[in-house]
Amino acid sequence: MKKGRARTALAALAVASLAATSAGVGCGSEGGPQTTGIPAGAVTVFAASSLTESFTQIGKDFEAANPGTHVTFNFAGSSALAQQINQGAPADVFASASPATMKQVTDAGNGDGDAVTFVRNQLVIAVPKGNPDRVAGLTDLAKSGVKVALCAEQVPCGAAAKKALDAGGVALTPVTLEQDVRAALSKVKLGEVDAALVYRTDVRSAAADVDGVEFPESAQAINDYPVIVLKEAPNMAAARAFVTYVLSDKGRSVLTEAGFQAP
Amino acid sequence: MSKHDNPSTHHSDVLKPGPPAPVAPPRRRVGRRAPVALLIPAALGLAFLVLPLAGLLVRAPWSTLPQRLVAPGVLTALRLSLLTATIATVVCVVLGVPLAWVLARVDFRGRRIVRALITVPLVLPPVVGGVALLLVFGRKGIVGGWLNETFGITLAFTTAGVVIAEAFVAMPFLVIAVEGALRGADERYEEAAATLGAGRWTTFRRVTLPLVAPGVAAGAVLCWARALGEFGATITFAGNFPGRTQTMPLAVYLALEKDLESAIVLSLILLAVSVTILATLRDRWINTP
Repeated sequence: MKKGRARTALAALAVASLAATSAGVGCGSEGGPQTTGIPAGAVTVFAASSLTESFTQIGKDFEAANPGTHVTFNFAGSSALAQQINQGAPADVFASASPATMKQVTDAGNGDGDAVTFVRNQLVIAVPKGNPDRVAGLTDLAKSGVKVALCAEQVPCGAAAKKALDAGGVALTPVTLEQDVRAALSKVKLGEVDAALVYRTDVRSAAADVDGVEFPESAQAINDYPVIVLKEAPNMAAARAFVTYVLSDKGRSVLTEAGFQAP
Repeated sequence: MSKHDNPSTHHSDVLKPGPPAPVAPPRRRVGRRAPVALLIPAALGLAFLVLPLAGLLVRAPWSTLPQRLVAPGVLTALRLSLLTATIATVVCVVLGVPLAWVLARVDFRGRRIVRALITVPLVLPPVVGGVALLLVFGRKGIVGGWLNETFGITLAFTTAGVVIAEAFVAMPFLVIAVEGALRGADERYEEAAATLGAGRWTTFRRVTLPLVAPGVAAGAVLCWARALGEFGATITFAGNFPGRTQTMPLAVYLALEKDLESAIVLSLILLAVSVTILATLRDRWINTP
């Protein structure tokens, strides 16, 4: 009786581990053909969170143009993505919001060839709809009583914000240093801060809730967005095709529509 | 004051005299080996929990550890973490113990619903909890808006906001632990106190509380540990600013963005401090074999 039960438990364990292994194999084979030139199968794209809307659209267009392909995205802060890739995350393509984070990946020898800059993005001041505090430029953010959210310096939007503030000679104390640009934007949307330094594209994606105020110092802090096929890409052919598509006129028009500038 | 409690709600075995029967000490079972079917998953479970910690230890940059420990911001974050987790625990004890008492000792309609509601923060993703807190205590929130307009007080992005976020996430742990202790405690002591003329408040203070003190302590420790590790609700509700709202978990997350090794060092500090404190408290307060 007791032995029988033990055996059942062991059998269950064996079945479970078998299932786990076969699931792993299944994942691997889903990657599709690796050597043929025709893109097919799954492509995994790690992309900066500011690319969320435009890359989702490009992914759909790419799938429509290449039947048999399936694009999966992982959107997050570029630095977090770079860490994940360097720790062996199974990604095909990396699109970063700054050359510095891209460099972390290429320095670790995880890039295939050189990274290509595909768009540029500029900072604007995001304010609640209607601009109730009448923010007109960077100096207005340093006024007392104006609550500002910036990105943490570790992430590209924070590094760019620091550069812009330094260029304008503006010293301000933010109430919070957010972990990525979308978190900073959502603090404006929720009305918890009066302003945040985010990308022009972020303001455009939230046009119903926020307004963007352009400021001249942002020209000193333009972010280049590089993209690269990864060396360990499980689906190299489709990865190359996806990057080519991003750089094509079709891809570029989606990106400019979202507020990005051509490089 | 000395009005007796209505005994009608109590069980009839109250009338049995004498202290509760002593529980037999657990006997050691000699000569019986634990079944393999249990030992193997147990060993796997242990390895699963311990290996990631070992991974941190292996990857830790031991040679540069001293410089990293005194790096600016590390001690500030640690101090803030310990301070806020402790205040949050005090808040949880002050509010949570009475709540647990009501759940365990007062019969009322909808008690099950109340208990279910209390456990919601346990399953709610903390980030969502943070957004929910913003919607209530934020500058435009129901309570927060009133506080802001009437007193000019804002909670978001302040150390008080960190405490609120931590208490929100950690309180269910305390309530559940204390309620369990109250249910396990022998109610006949409380009834004896009542027959001797003690009011419910006096009984609670002088009989119930000492009786369930180990349970409260265990709950408080659990609550403190959860508050110390709180990340999602804190970064969403209180934001991230060094010295004001940047606790250790937030510092770890941001360090991870740039430098894996600093993140590991910060995690090890948090781990060492919490293990030390918990081990000390356990020895002193809770008698577990």
